[in-house]
Amino acid sequence: MSKLELLQGTLDLLILRTLRFGPAHGHAIAIHIQQTSEDVLQVETGSLYPALHRLEAQGWVAAEWGRSDKGKRARFYSLTGEGRQQLRREQTRWEQLSDAIGRVLRSSEGRA
Amino acid sequence: MSPEDRDRELDEELRFHLEAETERQVERGRTEEEAERAARRHLGNMLQIKESARAQWTWPQWEQWLLDLAYGWRQLKKNKTASAAAILSLALGTGACLSAFRLIDALLWRPLPIAEPERLYAVTRHGIGPSGKYRVSESSSYPIFREMREAVAPQAELLAVSYAERIDLTFRTDAEMEKAYRQYVSGHLFSSFGLQPAVGRLLTGDDERSPGTHPYAVLSNAYWRTRFGGDPDVIGRHFQAGQTQFVIVGVLDGPFTGTEPGTMADIFVPMAMATPASLANANSFWLRIFLRPARGEPVLPLFDRLRAIYVHHERERARHFHDFPKELLANYPTDELQIQEAATGVSTLQSDHRRSLLLLSVLGGLVLLIACVNTSNLLLTRALGRTREMALRISLGAGRGRLIRLVLLESAWIAGLAVLAGGVVSWQATPAVVGWINPPHSPARLYLPLDWRLLAFGAAIAATITALFGLLPALRASGIQPSGALKGSENPLWRGRLLHGMIAVQVAFCTIVLLAGAVLGSSYRDLSRQTIGFDDRRLLAVETVAKTPQAPVYWSQLAGHVRSLPGIRSVEIAEWPLLSGEMSNRFIAFDGAPPVRTLTYFYKVSPGWRESMGIALRHGRDLRPGDSFPHTALVNETFVRTYLSGREPVGRQFTIAGKDGKRIPVTIAGVTADARYNNMRDEIPPIVYAPFVTVDEAGVEQPMRRATLNIRLAQDSMGTLPAVLRREITNFRSDFRVSNLRTQRELVEMHTLRERLLAILSLFFAVTALLLAAVGLYGVLDYSVWQRRREIGIRLALGVSPVRLVRGIAARALGMVAIGTFAGSAAGWYAYRSMDRQLFTGSSDFWKLLATPAAVLLVMALVASIAPVVRAIRIDPLRTLRSD
Repeated sequence: MSKLELLQGTLDLLILRTLRFGPAHGHAIAIHIQQTSEDVLQVETGSLYPALHRLEAQGWVAAEWGRSDKGKRARFYSLTGEGRQQLRREQTRWEQLSDAIGRVLRSSEGRA
Repeated sequence: MSPEDRDRELDEELRFHLEAETERQVERGRTEEEAERAARRHLGNMLQIKESARAQWTWPQWEQWLLDLAYGWRQLKKNKTASAAAILSLALGTGACLSAFRLIDALLWRPLPIAEPERLYAVTRHGIGPSGKYRVSESSSYPIFREMREAVAPQAELLAVSYAERIDLTFRTDAEMEKAYRQYVSGHLFSSFGLQPAVGRLLTGDDERSPGTHPYAVLSNAYWRTRFGGDPDVIGRHFQAGQTQFVIVGVLDGPFTGTEPGTMADIFVPMAMATPASLANANSFWLRIFLRPARGEPVLPLFDRLRAIYVHHERERARHFHDFPKELLANYPTDELQIQEAATGVSTLQSDHRRSLLLLSVLGGLVLLIACVNTSNLLLTRALGRTREMALRISLGAGRGRLIRLVLLESAWIAGLAVLAGGVVSWQATPAVVGWINPPHSPARLYLPLDWRLLAFGAAIAATITALFGLLPALRASGIQPSGALKGSENPLWRGRLLHGMIAVQVAFCTIVLLAGAVLGSSYRDLSRQTIGFDDRRLLAVETVAKTPQAPVYWSQLAGHVRSLPGIRSVEIAEWPLLSGEMSNRFIAFDGAPPVRTLTYFYKVSPGWRESMGIALRHGRDLRPGDSFPHTALVNETFVRTYLSGREPVGRQFTIAGKDGKRIPVTIAGVTADARYNNMRDEIPPIVYAPFVTVDEAGVEQPMRRATLNIRLAQDSMGTLPAVLRREITNFRSDFRVSNLRTQRELVEMHTLRERLLAILSLFFAVTALLLAAVGLYGVLDYSVWQRRREIGIRLALGVSPVRLVRGIAARALGMVAIGTFAGSAAGWYAYRSMDRQLFTGSSDFWKLLATPAAVLLVMALVASIAPVVRAIRIDPLRTLRSD
């Protein structure tokens, strides 16, 4: 299966979703998304960090310096209350969207 | 967090990512080198990541404002001269406005520092005065106050406050005589106003029980601090004022200095300590009455009660008037009682200067507007010069709002600095102006604090002028079309038209200010050039009092003693100084007829007085030693014109009423020329100059408590004479004491002080306005020459004569000036017509007054055009055309 580029906005949702399990640093988030999508979704580091900073500026995630498993200084991101709400909203929207797209695709398949 | 810190953190974050990824790759079995390369590949372009991460950092709003502010500051520093010129010209305007605000606020707007000032009302009388003019009288007698106080209790408190008076007093341990402002007040004034003592106690209602038995005094906090350095041991100290010894019982807390803005009372004493004669006399008007209704109590019913008392009391009083014409008595009292809100206190200074201060603030505002137009022009030309910069910003994605903010913040810098500088100007100027309001011997005292009211007003001015002069340049900057601007083409219609329009506006404002200056200046000139009818050069008026009334012979001896001092030409005795405002009047009668309806004014003088004052004798003889009142008197020409219409005055008799209402005849010995009596404004009234020696019916000479020595000096400078006179007069007889020493010139000038103040300040405003307008005109002309340099160069090269070019440039400028002058004159004419004649005499023709400003503006326009025109002629076509 080819690796998919992420749609704009989708990355935000995935980051927020990832952070639901607790604080994590950028690298861990990237790896987690990659692994849970069974390597289908390739997170471009080039867009991950700007996205994290954007979420931080919007107040959906908070950042704090901490220690990684190997004892190194890393910047940990965690979900804020507002972020949690945003995640819920985004997720519903995403489900509606994918549902709708799915329906459209299926219907055109039927006609073809 | 600063941008640098954030950058460092981002670096560290990305480095960690790189390390973590390398480790992961190593764990997957790659070599260290391979792993690192893979990690780098995985991470991608570091610079790009940083760039886009940085773009996500939204600055908190205030940080962006700070950045824009800093940018504005840099712009300001870039054009130091122009910015300084703008700030300075605005500072003059803001300084004028801030000063006007401080004065108006202190005198007219600021509520008294008491509890619930809005619950304070003043009881006044309104009506037509003897001179035929509408007037408001604020003064009342103590007997009517007592009647009224009974009538409104307990729904309201009635408070009596005397006029603050500058008196001589000595603190027992200090031998020196000093001056302080004393005010008689109702005892319960302090509790009613919710005032507290800083030390000791305040006066209470108990301190008003019986006349003369409560010699207690309360000091104002300001006086306590300046005179006693805030010493709490001041309680219990005694001071002597007149015949009474007072003991200080307390000091006020807070800034309360009486209810009379313009005068600050230093010492408060109970009403009951006023002289028994004043307290009992229904004809002595020496106090103001304030009404303080209980909380929530309607005022109107109280007012009705007061009015009933007033009418009854006045009718009763009129029954004891002698000589009062019967037809006037019929609908007495003609004045109507009124109550008016007195949250800001009541004072003569307020009523005298309300209009003049408002007028001055309008002039100050106009000067500020002119300065705003200048600054706006300056910023506009600067904005035109920055068109490309702005276009570049727009191309790079700056929003319209952001650009407007950028330019407005730059304007805000200018406005803020101008207000600060204006604050410094007003800091110095306001007390100086206050010093000019009143004569030097009784200076106006106003509380001019640096408080939130002033700060708020300053901020409001800064915001207003920022909007006024910054908005146009800001809109202009944000409306730039980048495609055209970057190519170097501009909207040709834009240039010039707006700038020239602004010139017209500026000239219009300037015309109004100049007109006001001309009107006020000419009325001051009219007033100060009036003949006073006597010689006021080298003349002193020395008011002298005696501890106990002294026989006229002693007063004559005193005058003789002073006459013997060196440097003195003559000494004569009068009742009080001429033009001090004091007066005495009666109704007189002729030939057994009922008293005439107009008032006749009386003034008692020594025999040589007329001659030494330089008042001509028209008919008959002068007063002689041995003449006494009420037997013989001189009258002035107006007296003869008013009452005797052509009949021979000398030897004729008129009658005045004696104590018991019996008519006493007075024989006219001679007629003098007209001379000023108690003011400079009204027509000179019929005056009787009577001998200062007054005898009763038995022919016994009456002792006098006070008199004024009119001393003519031999030379212009007084030197140590005031001190010598004070000493010699007391040395001559220890009963005598100098209570006030003034030059007659000072007394004359006192009457034109307000006009002088208005003339000086309006002249100052006029000069400032003219300078600013000239600078503005110069700037616009210079700019348009610079902008049209190519066109002018080509024309010159094509052989157009310089004269024609010059005419073209100057015609446009003069056209603008003409339009502005016309508009300004029209507005000025309208204002002149609708304004009442209280502030200026209005004797001069408006068109004559207009001539000066118009001529001055024309000259200004010509002078301002010289430099740009010369510059235009000097343009070298070759160089200008090559430069682009």
